[in-house]
Amino acid sequence: MAQPVSSGTTRPAARRKKMPYWVEPLTTLVVLGTWLLYSLWEVLFHNTGTYHNYISPYFSPGIAGWFGWHILTALYVAWVPFLFRFTCYYYRKEYYRGFFWDPPGCAAADAPRKRYSGETKWPLKINNLHRYAWFLALIVLLFLWKDAVEAFIFPHHGFEVRVGSLILLVNVVLLTFYTFSCHAFRHMVGGRRDCFSCGGKPSQSYRFWSRVSRWNAFHGAWAWASLFSVWAADLYVRLLLMGVIHDARLF
Amino acid sequence: MSEGITLSVWRGDKDGGEEVGYQVPAVPGMVVLDALHWVQQNAQPDLAVRWNCKAAHCGSCGAEVNGEPKLLCKTRLDDYAGETVRVRPMATFPVIKDLVTDVSWNYQVAEQIPPLDPAVPAPFTMYQEDASRVQEFHRCIECFLCQDTCHVLRNHDGTDKYFGPRFMVKIAEYEMHAVDQGDRVPLLAQAAGLNMCNVTKCCTEVCPQHIRITDNAIIPLKERVVDRYYDPIRTLFRRLAGR
Ligand code: SF4
Ligand code: SF4
Ligand code: FES
Ligand code: FES
Repeated sequence: MAQPVSSGTTRPAARRKKMPYWVEPLTTLVVLGTWLLYSLWEVLFHNTGTYHNYISPYFSPGIAGWFGWHILTALYVAWVPFLFRFTCYYYRKEYYRGFFWDPPGCAAADAPRKRYSGETKWPLKINNLHRYAWFLALIVLLFLWKDAVEAFIFPHHGFEVRVGSLILLVNVVLLTFYTFSCHAFRHMVGGRRDCFSCGGKPSQSYRFWSRVSRWNAFHGAWAWASLFSVWAADLYVRLLLMGVIHDARLF
Repeated sequence: MSEGITLSVWRGDKDGGEEVGYQVPAVPGMVVLDALHWVQQNAQPDLAVRWNCKAAHCGSCGAEVNGEPKLLCKTRLDDYAGETVRVRPMATFPVIKDLVTDVSWNYQVAEQIPPLDPAVPAPFTMYQEDASRVQEFHRCIECFLCQDTCHVLRNHDGTDKYFGPRFMVKIAEYEMHAVDQGDRVPLLAQAAGLNMCNVTKCCTEVCPQHIRITDNAIIPLKERVVDRYYDPIRTLFRRLAGR
């Protein structure tokens, strides 16, 4: 099959009892809103995210350090993942529904906002440049892989596995799935083409495209999972720095 | 639900109307359309409802059941055990009578879409990889439930700004076809109003044919519009190549 054509079974055992239409967008609003506030607190009120060999994903790569800047060090890089998620097709769905109430639910009997122009005007038009955010996010992802490897190599101890190492590893794996299941990436690797077999056999781009298509069917799940893992990874490093918790060695 | 089903059906015409209650005896496996037929035969012969196949294939029987766009012939009543089943016409289209709406706007839109323009005359060879991609779009039964739920058309009077999800599926079917040589990207960016869609996926949620409208048709088409109209680097290369 070229791309998954169904996102669910044709008939669930029993129809899900419908919750009031506002439950879902409100949950999105609260969760994403809390994450935004947390991120602002992290980025605006902290200047380091490094604890021995761990580095929080908010502070990596340490661009500020390369230039010897010491204030708001996370700000120089945190805008990249923010832009990436802001322009992501999946998060667009979530925040248009949760933050703008455009629409809050499907066929919900609510009063719509008067003005609506979709994605035809600035600033929302910027979402059309999602592919560029993807490339920037890819660069950051490479650094996060480097960080994840370094999270297993402890000063004076060498290779060890601690809770923090695993958190950083899981985080970067989830981010990788999120990044490579992207709709814009799916378009770039093959979706742009109309003919996959005009050479007589399936082209390489067909193989890439169908693989990405399979991951893409779960893009929303990767989006949430990686959001929580970034959050957890940063919080873990922050709590270590604050001396609230201790890093447990596993083996 | 052995005693029966409480139906509340919107009755009226373009000048207005209201919901009217009916008690219908329950039969195992019954769908909403069966209950409406029972009303027609036993209580109100003038109840208007459009249907043809009773098999979820013709796409005529779209309406809203308890606020959700549904095919009346595919919506089982045992899913609503203990609830009043409220049946209303599709809200996006003008009512003709009771549950029957005037969906002719959709046919006017269809006429504006350039049909398949094969580079080689049929019959042409098409490999399965290419066929599978567009086969999904062929499953559409034109029930227009996606058009009904799309908030651009439904809440923002967008019929003059956006063709609606059904026709994004139609355009995707041609644009992604292996031998088609037509170019509908300018249409998408302008009259078809693709960017009025904000990818919120209600169309995908209601499609009875489980077409992944947003992920497989709309977003890939948006990416094609980006290639042509928004991507500065691709635009630069196109200019340099003199195209
Ligand atoms: S995803 Fe787009 S076309 Fe589908 S219902 Fe939402 S706004 Fe309409
Ligand atoms: S795309 Fe789905 S919901 Fe829309 S008209 Fe076709 S079958 Fe109906
Ligand atoms: S669509 Fe979500 S990351 Fe690109
Ligand atoms: S009667 Fe044909 S789809 Fe319902």
